[in-house]
Amino acid sequence: MSKPLPIRDGDKIRCDACPVMCFIKPGATGACDRYMNDAGDLVRIDPHVILDRAVDRGEPLVHFLDRVEDWDGDPVKAGSRFVTAIGAGTTYPDYKPAPFIVSSQIDGVDMVTVVTEGIFSYCGVKVKIDTDRHLGPERSPVRAKGEMIGHVTTGEYGSQMLSLGGVNHLTGHGKKQGKVTCDAILDLCNGKPVELTVDDGATVLVQAGKPPVVNGVLEERMRVGCGSATIGMFAQQWFGKVDEVVVIDDHITGVLSEHQAGKVLGVKETGLSMTGRRSTPGRYFEVAEPGTGWGGTAIEDPLSILGLFDPKVAWPGLSMLMISTTGEQHGYYELDADLKPVARDLPAALAESVERVKENCEPALSTVLFMGGAGGSLRAGVTENPVRLTRSVKDALTYVTCGGAPVYVWPGGGITFMVDVTRVPSNAFGYVPTPALVAPIEFTMRLEDYAALGGHLSYLRSLDQVLAGEGGRKLPQLDGNPWPLSPSDSKRSHG
Amino acid sequence: MREPPHIRLLACGRRVHLQDGPIDLILEAWGSPAAVRAAHRAAASRMNGLLDELCEELAILRAPVGALSPVPQGTVARRMWDAVRPYADECFITPMAAVAGAVAEAVLAAMVAAAPLDRAYVNNGGDIALHLARGERFTTGLIDRPDQPSMIGTAIVEAGDRVRGIATSGRHGRSFSLGIADAVTILAGGAADADAAATIVANAIDLPRHPGIVRVPADSLAPDSDLGSRLVTRDVPPLSDGDRDQALRAGLDRAAGLIAAGRIAAASLHLQGVTRTIGALVQTHQETQPVRRMHHA
Repeated sequence: MSKPLPIRDGDKIRCDACPVMCFIKPGATGACDRYMNDAGDLVRIDPHVILDRAVDRGEPLVHFLDRVEDWDGDPVKAGSRFVTAIGAGTTYPDYKPAPFIVSSQIDGVDMVTVVTEGIFSYCGVKVKIDTDRHLGPERSPVRAKGEMIGHVTTGEYGSQMLSLGGVNHLTGHGKKQGKVTCDAILDLCNGKPVELTVDDGATVLVQAGKPPVVNGVLEERMRVGCGSATIGMFAQQWFGKVDEVVVIDDHITGVLSEHQAGKVLGVKETGLSMTGRRSTPGRYFEVAEPGTGWGGTAIEDPLSILGLFDPKVAWPGLSMLMISTTGEQHGYYELDADLKPVARDLPAALAESVERVKENCEPALSTVLFMGGAGGSLRAGVTENPVRLTRSVKDALTYVTCGGAPVYVWPGGGITFMVDVTRVPSNAFGYVPTPALVAPIEFTMRLEDYAALGGHLSYLRSLDQVLAGEGGRKLPQLDGNPWPLSPSDSKRSHG
Repeated sequence: MREPPHIRLLACGRRVHLQDGPIDLILEAWGSPAAVRAAHRAAASRMNGLLDELCEELAILRAPVGALSPVPQGTVARRMWDAVRPYADECFITPMAAVAGAVAEAVLAAMVAAAPLDRAYVNNGGDIALHLARGERFTTGLIDRPDQPSMIGTAIVEAGDRVRGIATSGRHGRSFSLGIADAVTILAGGAADADAAATIVANAIDLPRHPGIVRVPADSLAPDSDLGSRLVTRDVPPLSDGDRDQALRAGLDRAAGLIAAGRIAAASLHLQGVTRTIGALVQTHQETQPVRRMHHA
């Protein structure tokens, strides 16, 4: 669609959508909150919150979806619409039927989707931060605005893990901690950046789907593997081009000449000696304190982890590459006549392998999974016999989604699920002051299964009825999410 | 390109959504089916040209009101000016502080003039003009933060209360605030009066010397803001209980003065999870959410 170019004043745009004619700065919206200067483009934005919350307590069905925008084109799968729970509202604490119970036909089967927003007192987020940098000891408190909102939990591959929120931080340690916890996990779920500090550790800026910023430094890459694995992967490429390679890593530092991969190729011994504790040949633990230097250690000068070269084995001119597991730091050295390493320019033949290490590092991201448990009253909004809903979910007759996004339902009791917040439409999460998070949740099942579990059949409305008069905000299906009404059609990576 | 006003009946079949530029109204009327239809038509036709008329005098409406300032001519513009005039000698204020309420009143007036109605409301983004025939009442829900909506209380207005306007102001809404309140809701005789008073009380809830509060010139955010280079609140850190209470007290004092002067009927002030009310008619939910009922999801 071609539009006339808007009038500009520097980086400001003059909006001509109405006679107010706002000048709008980049990143800002006009007086109407409908038009935005998006990096120089005047774009219409979708207001994402429902302001009109006058609840008529007398009606069993509550319409909260009044703020509708025209959507140019309809990227929603033709003939198929799924009503998400975002903005559906919730009837807590009155155990009324859920705000929307929608039926639609799919593949000839009458499907029922029960759409509600759950109030989750039992909820939190699991945060995976792709970095080898030491964020703080495991079990250390993680704080937002000075309040403890969670802790560092056990590390995973190439990542540091945080466990934040949960019922105890939300409701068990006073109002202030509860509010700060609620705000922080709400912002994380809605894709906003949150600054977290770890006791005896780092300050990290976390935003779902974005690279983490550790102590003010943007983390760009995830390591290719531990130091030992890196030796294994690249030994062939280094062999013959350099005499020794040390891959510095906080967990396992690898040494080519001693490592099995080097031995197999016939790499000569170099007489190198290392600090740290030798695990198996060519693999060293604890070469330095953890930190934010080379490979997640505190090392700024890589030579600091080397002892003297054994004069009986080493020779002047011996060449050595030292590199971190992300390739971001590297140095090339040659031994002088006294067998002391001297820094030299990286030979072109090795530059290629350094680039290869970098290339094989995936972009580092912070990822956020919302985890919540759907308990009694929320289930009662779906059916008159709540436990049957749980059984139905476990029996895979009922498919659970969160804002249309696939979830992983934890085995065992209750309906405790996890969802990648980046797969949920923007600003889908809200809060209540108790404090607790409000998250959309939809239960989709066959109509006959819904009847069998004691569903509120008298409150069923057809999809056409819900869509009539555009009573909602239409969104395109997010890329990669399976279609909730026929999830088995799509490749499912979750649940 | 000038977009025409949007006018449509919502899915519920009862409420009408009217939108033109920054004016965004939800309205509803009760009465005989014919009267309701006539009221809807009157509202839609009143919207036609309303924004254009206001924009013709936008320069006057964005200027501070004082003894020597020009008086606007348009009906709605004049209502805005009248609503803020009582404050002009006390502090900085422009007629824009009452724009939402004045627009709601104008559309409601057109509806009521067109047909006999039992009840009607026009809600302009939280600033609400009410019509109540004898014996009727309205229950209105209050939310503290439109970006994270949650109901914090209700206001019940009955025909005998003489309250016909409810307005909410705070730093999370569409306009900027000089104060730090999350929300101030005012009940007053008219929506324009409530709108102006909500701005005044929200501005009064403040901690002028608190170092953690982030303030920036209004025109650095919106180049043509009526607040010019005055500092508006962008961020408020978590406050100590003492600081929060001190700020709320300042707002309550201001609201008490307005009640004593007969300018408003009641106020509900909300800051960082705490709600204080003054005057009749407003009930907060804080006490009605006992802790034992929390584990529900």
